[in-house]
Amino acid sequence: MKFIDEFRDPHLARVLVETLRQHTRQHLRLMEFCGGHTHAILRFGIRALLPPDLEMLSGPGCPVCVTSPAGLDHAIALAHIPGMIVATFGDMVRVPGSRESLQNSRAGGADIRVVYSPLDAVALAEKNSSRPVVFLGVGFETTAPGVAASILQARQHGIKNYFVLPLHKLTPPATKAILDGGEVKLSGILGPGHVTTIIGTDAWTFLSEQYGVPIAVAGFEPLDILRGISMLVDQVNDGHARVENAYSRSVLPQGNRTALAIMNEVFETCDAEWRGLGVLPGSGLRIREKYAALDASKTFPVSLTPSHEPPGCRCGEVLRGILSPVDCSLFRHTCNPENPVGPCMVSAEGACMAYYQFGEKRLED
Amino acid sequence: MCLAVPVMIRNIEGTQAMVELGGVKRMISLVLTPEAGVGNYVLVHAGYAIGIVDEEEAKETLHLLEEMTNLVDQNEM
Repeated sequence: MKFIDEFRDPHLARVLVETLRQHTRQHLRLMEFCGGHTHAILRFGIRALLPPDLEMLSGPGCPVCVTSPAGLDHAIALAHIPGMIVATFGDMVRVPGSRESLQNSRAGGADIRVVYSPLDAVALAEKNSSRPVVFLGVGFETTAPGVAASILQARQHGIKNYFVLPLHKLTPPATKAILDGGEVKLSGILGPGHVTTIIGTDAWTFLSEQYGVPIAVAGFEPLDILRGISMLVDQVNDGHARVENAYSRSVLPQGNRTALAIMNEVFETCDAEWRGLGVLPGSGLRIREKYAALDASKTFPVSLTPSHEPPGCRCGEVLRGILSPVDCSLFRHTCNPENPVGPCMVSAEGACMAYYQFGEKRLED
Repeated sequence: MCLAVPVMIRNIEGTQAMVELGGVKRMISLVLTPEAGVGNYVLVHAGYAIGIVDEEEAKETLHLLEEMTNLVDQNEM
């Protein structure tokens, strides 16, 4: 078993779709929190197979997309410090900041390196010991433990020129903010499978206990997603909101305790600004005082002018689930992957990018 | 960005393992999953194994789905 093809079985998928059609008895509005789910739902043509009464909304689960313009401007300002190397995941490079993107900074002479892993950034620092290397710590709970581990590794190996700009975000506070905002009434939430591999299903109990909203945590293959949606429909039908796990091969109730311990050793929660959602209490991670020497925001003070959203960009509304990418007037013509106006058209997990790439693809295609 | 792929660990050196990712061999870190062993499938994200894939649970899920299929197929007959 390789844990991929088995979960793409077309016969089992058809049966799940048929069951969903039979069980959907009212209009349901479900939100997939995670951009990876949005991408898979469109890529595999799942959206087109769902009964018309089953509406899927994209949520704020794209870390690059929710990074605030101020966060991006901060990264760009660091890139302009002479001698600096900025190491980042590729998705960040083309996102427009208030005045320019990291790609523009690179064209202007800044040294921006795309890395696959924070460990590659640590290696980069080791190789370039006379220059500071700042890794852009973007990502949810899936990514933050690895970034924390890279900080511990740099400290253990005595690497003094490795720094992290902490821009991490936590998913439960954002989910709470969407529900508190009340702009969309949700019948259920398809929970993020890889975030929950780290935080565990127990971290989501507040959804059923405080909000009465069903959640099913799902993986990213078609059968995982269909099974998760199916669990949500059944929860609505039996009137009992709870936390269910459609990804039990990877997700445990308590999550990954080792990863959580490493994350908590290095980071502590703080208020953080999200694109589209504003400042949310306890929704970000900052580096603890103990590791301040590796904190790029403390080591390299930069003066920042006020930041702003790209003119006309409605990514904020897309991230709150109140606007479908196709209903944005910039979509496709003004804003496309060649010339992205906002982050949701840049990131592989951005909803606009997913709609642009896959539109209403059908499973038969 | 939360993309993670299941890969099998073929050998372990200290806290690292050599795996094949999309046809490319590379080292990943096991510091977040110290209990992972050779032969285990782990979910790899940004150079780290973030979880061990439980084969028994995977089989159980597929078994449940197949049972559901049988039920639907029987009803259709």
